[in-house]
Amino acid sequence: MLNPDIFQFPMKRRTALKLGGAALARLAWGQQNQNPANTQLHVLPVQGNVSMLVGAGGNIAVQTGKDGVLLVDTGLAQNADKVLAMIREMSKGTIRYVINTHVHPDHVGGNEKIAKAGKTIAGGNVVGNIGESASEGAAVIAHENVLNRMSAPTGQQAPTPQGAWPTDTFFVTEKDMFFNGEGIQILHQPNAHTDGDSIVFFRRSDVIAAGDLFTPGTYPIIDLPRGGNVQGIIAALNQIIKLSIPADKQEGGTYVIPGHGHLCDQADVVVYRDMVTIVRDRVQDMVKKGMTLAQVKAAQPTLDYDPLYGSNTGFWTTDMFVEAVYKSLSEKPEKK
Amino acid sequence: MKINRAKSTGAVLFLAVGLLSIPAFAQRDPSGEWSPRFHEDQPERIPGPEIGDYLGIPINAAARLRADSWDASLLELPENQCRPHPSDYAWRGPANLRIWKDIDTATQETVAYHTHISWQAPERTIWMDGRPHPPDYVAHTWQGFSTGKWEGDTLTVTTDHLKEGWIRRNGIPRSEKATVTEHIIRHSNYLTVAVIINDPVYLTEPFIRTTDFSLDPDQQIAPYPCEAVVEVQHPFGSVPHHLPATNKFLPEFSNRFKIPYEATRGGAETMYPEYMQKVKKASAEAGSPAGTTQAKR
Repeated sequence: MLNPDIFQFPMKRRTALKLGGAALARLAWGQQNQNPANTQLHVLPVQGNVSMLVGAGGNIAVQTGKDGVLLVDTGLAQNADKVLAMIREMSKGTIRYVINTHVHPDHVGGNEKIAKAGKTIAGGNVVGNIGESASEGAAVIAHENVLNRMSAPTGQQAPTPQGAWPTDTFFVTEKDMFFNGEGIQILHQPNAHTDGDSIVFFRRSDVIAAGDLFTPGTYPIIDLPRGGNVQGIIAALNQIIKLSIPADKQEGGTYVIPGHGHLCDQADVVVYRDMVTIVRDRVQDMVKKGMTLAQVKAAQPTLDYDPLYGSNTGFWTTDMFVEAVYKSLSEKPEKK
Repeated sequence: MKINRAKSTGAVLFLAVGLLSIPAFAQRDPSGEWSPRFHEDQPERIPGPEIGDYLGIPINAAARLRADSWDASLLELPENQCRPHPSDYAWRGPANLRIWKDIDTATQETVAYHTHISWQAPERTIWMDGRPHPPDYVAHTWQGFSTGKWEGDTLTVTTDHLKEGWIRRNGIPRSEKATVTEHIIRHSNYLTVAVIINDPVYLTEPFIRTTDFSLDPDQQIAPYPCEAVVEVQHPFGSVPHHLPATNKFLPEFSNRFKIPYEATRGGAETMYPEYMQKVKKASAEAGSPAGTTQAKR
């Protein structure tokens, strides 16, 4: 189940005190549902060097090997200690890298604590120039829009503490690295779930960490205010399909770790891609006919998928999904 | 009447020896080479189902719209070409079947049954050792995760963790949330498999159907390699489908077989014999003989 507060970064106490009763109640509700004491984490070995850590918020991909530990995403902040404890059970190696698939707190919440427990590989001229602090904490890699969303211009209040921010960002379509004996491709997917999404492909292990571009238990969450768009979601799903090669009988081969939900392979992504594409095509047809948002909602363009992906309650309802698709197709996506 | 003690002792011994040779709980091992009998639902299984034929299947409105939207061109996409039938449907296909078992050599207990089916060659394991089903976060597969137990002479199998599949090859879906119960029953040289699908997403009632096989010790199942090829060029990422209310093929089944269009739309009601009376009555009231109502679409 997705966390209801994924769009909300934890508030500083001062900010919370300024809020009204309703907002405070919402915060309290969120905290109640994120009670770390009730969170049980599970590790599922996927294949090669990669395992899936479940229960910390968004799914976490953990790559372990002779070079140390690399994480894709870090879960909610309040679960960071448990994540660290679980990682120590999996490997005694140093945490060297964290890669963030996008900006939401259920995926970057543990950045600060987990990065602090690690160490960046540094030496030679780097250490010589800036001292021992060069190797403090694991490197946090993300598309630059993730950093832009987590930080703020000088003099303004940033939504997250500096210790949680990405330390290594990229603005191009792809960043490659080699760690634990395998090539790793970090592939930016523009304007999809947000404007800072990346998928991470472990080439030797043959595992893709998809982040919230792929959430097989719910309709895709399109964060329009942060640059999301249904067209980007579909493009990203097609990219995952293109990268993955199934084994015999369209099963296994490349495994896909979704942002939330069970471990998947290409066939599962195809089912999901088909759904999003069909809904997009239906809404697009209605937009072309000049139908209003209310008329589109009344036409129930998701009726056949609602029992599987839909919800009338919670933070991401079917209504909100249809509205996000409609707006994606009738408005220009935000560029940052 | 004087009882012949020697004769009665012999009879008891004969019975005792006989009973000892009967397997525990009258289990009838389904292992063997089995050949499908296609007389059952032949038009659906061999030529293939008609588009728009949902008759007798307890689908809900969501399943109906998915089936209405389904376009056979989906099967041309490379990513769909090598999909095997999921385990709940596989018995219905071109299903030359092999069943064999794993035995724990120390205890002589059956650890698992395995099935191999000819089309696309899916192999499946039915665990008999009482192991639990896996947690939610484990991957789903075409064959799902199956456990079995004997109920008298019936092997009852419970399956979950299935990938999304199909109930009929005309677009009627079966969701990955479904659980399936199968009863595998051997009658000497015949095998009956009853499949009960519970799908909270797309069915309003359990859907039950049976499939039969006959023993065929001479059967040789050929390998079934599959390699996806592009035979019809589609733009990458395109998903063939019909927009709502645009599928002009839907009435063909109704028109061809002179079945009221409403009946072809399926639903739980159409599974039961009483529905025939309803159709006849409605046709009579409409002034036309039963079965002549033409599709309206």
